[in-house]
Amino acid sequence: MRREPLLNGAVFLGLLALVLWAWAVDEPFTITLATRVAILALAGVGLNLALGLGGLVSLGHAVFFGIGGYAMGILASHAQSYSPLIEWPVLIEGTKSMPVIWLVAMSASGLAALAIGALSLRTSGVYFIMITLAFGQMFYYFAISWPAYGGEDGLSIYVRNGFPGLNTLDPIQFFAICYVILGLALWLFSRLSRSAFGLALGAARQNAERVMAVGIAPYRLRLVAFTLSGVITGLAGALFADLNRFVSPTMFSWQTSGEIMVFVILGGVARLFGPVIGAAVFILLEHMLGGLSEFWHIYLGAVLLGVVLFARGGIIGLIAGREVHHD
Amino acid sequence: MSLILFTEQMLNGLQFGVMLFLMAAGLTLIFGVMGLINLAHGSLYMVGAFAAAWVAGASGSFLLALMASLAAAAAAGALIELTVIRRLYARDHLDQVLATFALILIFSEGTRWAFGSFPLFLDIPPLLSGPVTLPGGIEYPLYRLTIILVGLTVAAALFALIARTRIGIQIRAGESDREMIAALGVNISALYTLVFALGAALAGLAGALIGAIQSVQVGMGEPVLILAFVVIVIGGIGSIKGALVGAILVGLTDTLGRILLPAFFSQFMAPQAANSVGSSLASMAIYILMAVVLVVRPGGLFGKA
Amino acid sequence: MKLKTLAMAGVLGMAACAAQADIKVGMITTLSGGGAGLGIDVRDGFMLALEQSGRSDIEVIIEDDQRKPDIAVQLADKMIQSDKVDVMTGIIWSNLAMAVVPGAVAQGKFYLSPNAGPSALAGKGCNKNYFNVAWQNDNLHEGAGAYASDAGYKSAFILAPNYPAGQDALTGFKRFFKGDLAGEIYTQLGQTDYAAEIAQIRASGADSVFFFLPGGMGISFLKQYADSGVGLPVVGPAFSFDQGILQAVGDAALGVINTSQWNKDIDNPTNAGFVASFSAKYDRLPSLYASQGFDTANLLISALESADINDQDAFRAALEAADFNSTRGEFAFGPNHHPIQNIYVREVIKEGDIYTNKIIGTALTQHGDAYAAECKM
Repeated sequence: MRREPLLNGAVFLGLLALVLWAWAVDEPFTITLATRVAILALAGVGLNLALGLGGLVSLGHAVFFGIGGYAMGILASHAQSYSPLIEWPVLIEGTKSMPVIWLVAMSASGLAALAIGALSLRTSGVYFIMITLAFGQMFYYFAISWPAYGGEDGLSIYVRNGFPGLNTLDPIQFFAICYVILGLALWLFSRLSRSAFGLALGAARQNAERVMAVGIAPYRLRLVAFTLSGVITGLAGALFADLNRFVSPTMFSWQTSGEIMVFVILGGVARLFGPVIGAAVFILLEHMLGGLSEFWHIYLGAVLLGVVLFARGGIIGLIAGREVHHD
Repeated sequence: MSLILFTEQMLNGLQFGVMLFLMAAGLTLIFGVMGLINLAHGSLYMVGAFAAAWVAGASGSFLLALMASLAAAAAAGALIELTVIRRLYARDHLDQVLATFALILIFSEGTRWAFGSFPLFLDIPPLLSGPVTLPGGIEYPLYRLTIILVGLTVAAALFALIARTRIGIQIRAGESDREMIAALGVNISALYTLVFALGAALAGLAGALIGAIQSVQVGMGEPVLILAFVVIVIGGIGSIKGALVGAILVGLTDTLGRILLPAFFSQFMAPQAANSVGSSLASMAIYILMAVVLVVRPGGLFGKA
Repeated sequence: MKLKTLAMAGVLGMAACAAQADIKVGMITTLSGGGAGLGIDVRDGFMLALEQSGRSDIEVIIEDDQRKPDIAVQLADKMIQSDKVDVMTGIIWSNLAMAVVPGAVAQGKFYLSPNAGPSALAGKGCNKNYFNVAWQNDNLHEGAGAYASDAGYKSAFILAPNYPAGQDALTGFKRFFKGDLAGEIYTQLGQTDYAAEIAQIRASGADSVFFFLPGGMGISFLKQYADSGVGLPVVGPAFSFDQGILQAVGDAALGVINTSQWNKDIDNPTNAGFVASFSAKYDRLPSLYASQGFDTANLLISALESADINDQDAFRAALEAADFNSTRGEFAFGPNHHPIQNIYVREVIKEGDIYTNKIIGTALTQHGDAYAAECKM
């Protein structure tokens, strides 16, 4: 059972080593790919909190990813055109400062997660999957037909937002930001999963009645987990928008929700590094298979199918063996 | 809005609902009996439409095309049940979602590989084309009336199948107690394959019927799939009656929403803005309906929860 | 990737290895998923022109964007950062173009658009390194509006999906249509059932219908409209009557009027040669997208013949001159680097077993676009 922490460390350092190598031999695109992995892994860490720890199968996490993205897009586009966001009752200007954007993205997606969670968590099982999917579709259609911020065309931000003391346009510096945030999120996840809150959440997943018997309301536990999960995925959305300097309703689509879920399951549900390994493998597959054939989705489907059918516990489960406790 | 137009729109809503029922019935049956959530159901709809278009193109007969769609979708359903789906019954919903998501990828790109990137042609048979005049002076396409009729017939047949036949008894028993019917000597895995193929055939039939008035193309199944999920969640998962009521409710809400909402907003907004806001809201209407139903009745209208 | 580059080099008949190429072209286009037909046509038209030019010093790197904006941006980053391309092209969809083009031209690359022409890139967001070889998005709709007025229609019912290109389409039609509107509807993007809209058309008392519903949406609408017995004349842009999808619409499209900047019967030697060689090589009739890909490549080659790509100002001037034989006949760039060209009126006909179009008139002559005045380069 000691294999998993070793694997985790190797993956985390391996990603950094890859980027440093790419920096040394001047391969900026590899750094961009690694940044993409870090950001998508962050979105997966968010979902893993709800899905892995809480057992909440949400097929609507694209909502939070998209809200994070649009928080960035809307604030930066107002700053770009020097037009205020709201003039009344108080003047609010757009901004190009990453920390401010992150704060807004996290609060907005947190609020959305609180509202959606409060309604959705009244249901369970398949109903929960479907109602989260429905909320995703609602946001998707709204974003497409809402003309103020580009509708289906989305919003282009010409220059990446700034972070005090760093040149974010330099791929490796932007990677550093994403990498550190991913590290913090992983640390938070591992702390949470071992805290009293995380243990109660896990217990509620396995046996809700028993938790209720000791006077804890599973509904509240789950709502907190769902909200936190939305906050983290929202932050990933803001970073993703900054990576592409572009945001569009695609971020809200149900395929996005599906992909985030694929990262988590591919790597290993409830495993600390599940989303990281899942996102890395997914990007790698996309990059390699895409070059092999126009019909590469067939191979991607086959790989996913293989993982579900024959590698329960995901890639980590395959390498490090099955485990019950999150360690 | 005149009464004639309103009646015509109600018919449109009904027709849309009946088509959704064909999709939703299979989904809800499969979920009710096997506890499986099947995202690839939309792919079976696509298989039905492609098989129909291909056979119609080769033979010129719409009837043959319909039979081909039933056969092809049932065969595809049985094939994936035997190879993939049956390994998923004991798994949690998460594994089922991912595995059937993978099946969508394989089906979609596989179809594109076999039939190319351009849509196929499938036309309404000459016998059923053109409008007829209904009592009250409504001109309505005969083909759409036929779809309503076929859908209601299938619904009646399904109810009869489940209420009166031996297989129906096994299906109902399977819904309530899986171990018990195995103990009674029913070949459970054969029953499961049969139910899955039946659901697939219904989806294939829907694909072929709708393919004649829409575009037969890769990816045609996913939008319908999501709507079918909305239907069964509103109706209560596992309930055929719920699927029928939910389908008609969703069909009417969607159709009337698209007509009434822009008209409503144009009472007090500029036409362009009213149009835009109204149609945005109309596209969200069924999801709002679903959220409301679930908040009031977390198990759907006819669900057990 | 490497595999693909080499394959392309083979297509170009290059004996030496790819590294010797002087000019690198990055093509991001849609080759998988639902909209792949358009991307494949653009690519095939483009590669055909390169092959016919006989130039062996142009390397084309082709990547599939899967019609996803974030993938397109990622591919653009790759082409600019690691492949170090000189020119980019290929994008089909406006929303993908909006995601890629501003960033690419800001980094000093040339971008030649073979299909999408969003209004933002024609007006305030225009750029000296951005050239559109196809049309500004409004053009074909404006042509439809002009045709509807010329044909004497007084009361049109118009509909389009509720997204920016749909809103632009209706605005473009109204800009040139002099009659009244019997109704104006925005449908849902990706909608496949139009029974409710057709009922409204029937009840509206209109004398004609204009619609912009690209791809499968248009196929569905036309089939259902033909079956409804409403029977009012229909006008639309070429996108729903293109060679690739006409066969899927069938008889329902016969006789329908549509507007296009190109058709296979435009009478000039370049076009005749293009139609013949495309049909021979790929065993299908070319579409308007294929003609745009072909023209894009020929524009690029004409500029390369007269200027060095490393001298950006000279190369840009060579592009502006547009000194190439277009399949459309006369072709020139306006001040915002968008085409000034004729918009033709076509009618859907049947040639043997194949549905296709023939030109029956000209809707707009030497037509530019409505945004050029806002463009300050």
